[in-house]
Amino acid sequence: MPKKKGVPLIFERSVPGRRGYRLPKLDVPEVPVDELIPAEHLREKPAELPEVSEVEVMRHYTQLSRLNHGVDVGFYPLGSCTMKYNPRVNEDVAALPGLSTIHPYQPESSVQGALELMYNLGQHLAEISGLAAATLQPAAGAHGELTGLLVIKAYHKQRGEEHRTEIIIPDSAHGTNPASVAMVGYDVVEVPSDERGGVDVEALKRAVGPKTAGLMLTNPNTLGLFDENICDITAMVRQAGGLLYYDGANANAILGIVRPGDMGFDIVHYNLHKTFSTPHGGGGPGSGPIVVTEELAPFLPGPVVAKEGDRFFFTQPEKSIGRVQAFYGNFSVLVKAYAYILSHGSAGLREVSEVAVLNANYMMRRLQDVYYLPYDRACKHEFVLSGKWQKQYGVRTLDIAKRLLDYGVHAPTVYFPLNVEEALMIEPTETEPKSAIDEFIEAMRQIAQEAKEDPEQLKKAPQLTPVGRLDEAKAARRPVLRWQKTE
Amino acid sequence: MRYIPLTDQEKQEMLEEIGVESVDELFEDIPSRMLLKEPLPLPAALSEAELIRHFQELAAKNVDLSQTVSFLGGGAYDHLIPSIIKHIAGRGEYLTAYTPYQAEISQGVLQSIFEFQGLIAELTGMEAANASIYDGATALAEAALMACAVTGRKKVLLPATLHPEWKEVAELYLKSQDLAVEYIPYDPRKGTLDPAALEKTEWSQFAGAVVQQPNFFGLLEEAAPVSQRIREQGGLFIMAVDAISLGLLKSPGELGADIAVGDGQSLGNTVSFGGPSLGFFATSGSKLIRRMPGRVVGETVDKEGRRGFVLTLQTREQHIRRERATSNICSNQALNAFISTIYLSVLGKKGFQDVAFQNLQKSNYFQQRLLEIGGLSLKFSAPSFREFVIRGDVDWEEMNLRLLEHGFIGGLPLKRFGFPQAALFAVTEARTKEEMDAFINVFRGLI
Repeated sequence: MPKKKGVPLIFERSVPGRRGYRLPKLDVPEVPVDELIPAEHLREKPAELPEVSEVEVMRHYTQLSRLNHGVDVGFYPLGSCTMKYNPRVNEDVAALPGLSTIHPYQPESSVQGALELMYNLGQHLAEISGLAAATLQPAAGAHGELTGLLVIKAYHKQRGEEHRTEIIIPDSAHGTNPASVAMVGYDVVEVPSDERGGVDVEALKRAVGPKTAGLMLTNPNTLGLFDENICDITAMVRQAGGLLYYDGANANAILGIVRPGDMGFDIVHYNLHKTFSTPHGGGGPGSGPIVVTEELAPFLPGPVVAKEGDRFFFTQPEKSIGRVQAFYGNFSVLVKAYAYILSHGSAGLREVSEVAVLNANYMMRRLQDVYYLPYDRACKHEFVLSGKWQKQYGVRTLDIAKRLLDYGVHAPTVYFPLNVEEALMIEPTETEPKSAIDEFIEAMRQIAQEAKEDPEQLKKAPQLTPVGRLDEAKAARRPVLRWQKTE
Repeated sequence: MRYIPLTDQEKQEMLEEIGVESVDELFEDIPSRMLLKEPLPLPAALSEAELIRHFQELAAKNVDLSQTVSFLGGGAYDHLIPSIIKHIAGRGEYLTAYTPYQAEISQGVLQSIFEFQGLIAELTGMEAANASIYDGATALAEAALMACAVTGRKKVLLPATLHPEWKEVAELYLKSQDLAVEYIPYDPRKGTLDPAALEKTEWSQFAGAVVQQPNFFGLLEEAAPVSQRIREQGGLFIMAVDAISLGLLKSPGELGADIAVGDGQSLGNTVSFGGPSLGFFATSGSKLIRRMPGRVVGETVDKEGRRGFVLTLQTREQHIRRERATSNICSNQALNAFISTIYLSVLGKKGFQDVAFQNLQKSNYFQQRLLEIGGLSLKFSAPSFREFVIRGDVDWEEMNLRLLEHGFIGGLPLKRFGFPQAALFAVTEARTKEEMDAFINVFRGLI
């Protein structure tokens, strides 16, 4: 057998003089470059791009693709990421020339279809969230958080309450929450979780006050638990004069069942790449629209789409915070999310959440005898186990995760949330067949057995993957971040 | 429902395993008065065939670039896109993966990001690049924030000739952290930064100074004097560059930039009504590299010494450092960065230079043809690349509506940016001589 060989870098395939794509021949009279651009502006050394043929590019990236896991390849229970199936018809409609090759500065009369789509999507997200008005501009969930916090800041400023500089965040929150708070110059006040996994209401009581600008909450939270005290929590923050921000990362649990607006939230962001099935693309593009109350609508980034009669047009909200990116947002992602909503309707979206929750509870119940379950109550679309029972065998959660890769599935989110020791955060989504779920359960049970009987097997894992466990410390100590030409 | 595989019988088995009668029981922890009593008022679900028809109808309400000849630019460009791109980028292994947290089964995405970083480093002449930011405007805003964080100074100098929407984004990002923005004024005759203003600037106050190349008007800035002055006074020199122009123009590295940013839409991504695009972000020197925002991929080895790639320098990032992270960015524009990786690979060293060369030649040709028409002139005198501003006593917005009836869209009317009698024309390699000549004929008749 020939030895398993890595795929060379595209640069390493380069042969001087080889060409891939070629432009049509120049069809206008050629003028010497230095007559058009003074020599001082011209590049001295061309960029060392690879010189490869088209077939080599195709084979290169096809070979690389075979080293990669995706939802299309197998189960991907990465907690809080909602790795559901990405319907291909949504890709098809987003690629229609009438939607993919329109320019952002075309006259509004020539992009009425695009504006109608954005308007309707905003309306649907408002219905789904129980709030009033949306901006589709933010490019990702964290970008939505930033936008929402800027709206909160603008709101307090307008009311002459600039002394409100604190955002309260539970200890189970995603890292983007505190990082977004810092981005807008606010301070983070962290509150612990209680023994049921929700916000510690007593601690919250102590945390709220005249400096409270708002609270950011994911509900169900990153433990997959719905906060039973949600009414008290939102009331308490509101009473203190703060606004309520709902991190929609886990919205896949509640579609058509309960709305953040009805829980008392003022601002919601949705991750369209999670809840509304637009593909994750290896790390993006996502889309993180925010939806707000009537009262906050004037602060939204502009432009937003409005409608008068049959005509759609861009308009600037009256007290707009400004822009969070150029143009109008990740439009083709919006197209796919809109297609997803139209494919489901109200009953369909509700069933999405019901089955996501059913799948998670089934898995949790079938694993809780072999892995420690820190919060033994009905979960929502995801749940968190702990690898602490396995520690006695010298096995850590990282080893469990790496061993799962040998079973052909992606590992859950690990070591998060931070308030659970050796955490494994598992989110099956609604699009998995029961056979895939059962296979994962079997793999997890098998691994629990291996941890007892053959812990070395786990520490050596993964062994069936294209590469073995990689030396991350080395990568960070002496960073090699690019290919470099060797003379 | 369409994408839910469970049968009723399987659901029943699962409910029994859980020990509940119905799915509703799993939602009992939600206060009952909050639960929705009515269905959401959404349109009825569409089948796949109905959905396609519906979107075809929506698409038909737009005039797209395959039905019209357009000279719009201003940050989004109609470049030729090699067919191979959609076939590779549409592969499920890339499309349906997420951030490569489990490196051993994510080598495809990781290696392609490593290649992207190398390609961007080559284009910009910088030492290292990250895995992407949302778009050019946010990449610039992040660069300005980084300059403040690195230098401890609280003011950034932006060029008055920066894209107006990028100005808005940068101002919003900076001001929310109580950081100030000042502008370098421009010479209204040349359309580029005013050299006299550089003399009067107190450079030592600023964390960084930015030059956009070419600037919003498509004109070439003298970057070296800004670079030299800000760096002498301990600030960072930031260049916001057009990706395609780097096939011809001096790289940020050659001009002494500390940070290079830009928008990568033109590298193989469709205009798509302005998004998704990608921002690229490159810098040099270990100190700055360790302060970059966003994901970074590095090379390493496994236990058997095989080369592999991992996310690295993660202690900069939000999931580790939380409120002390260098940025809040998590998801970026990975697939768009991947598209640009394929684009740059298949164009290659020579092909990429050809694109820049043809953009220069074709925009020059079209500019000359426009100037043959009486009453039109160049608004600015500085040399340009791909885009230029035409002045004329024309209502350019109205003109575009009339042109549309003939299958054309002219330049971007600059009225909305404060220049009522000017339009910004962009000419890429995608425009043919035939199209340009036909435009001139029609335009001559309308003006």
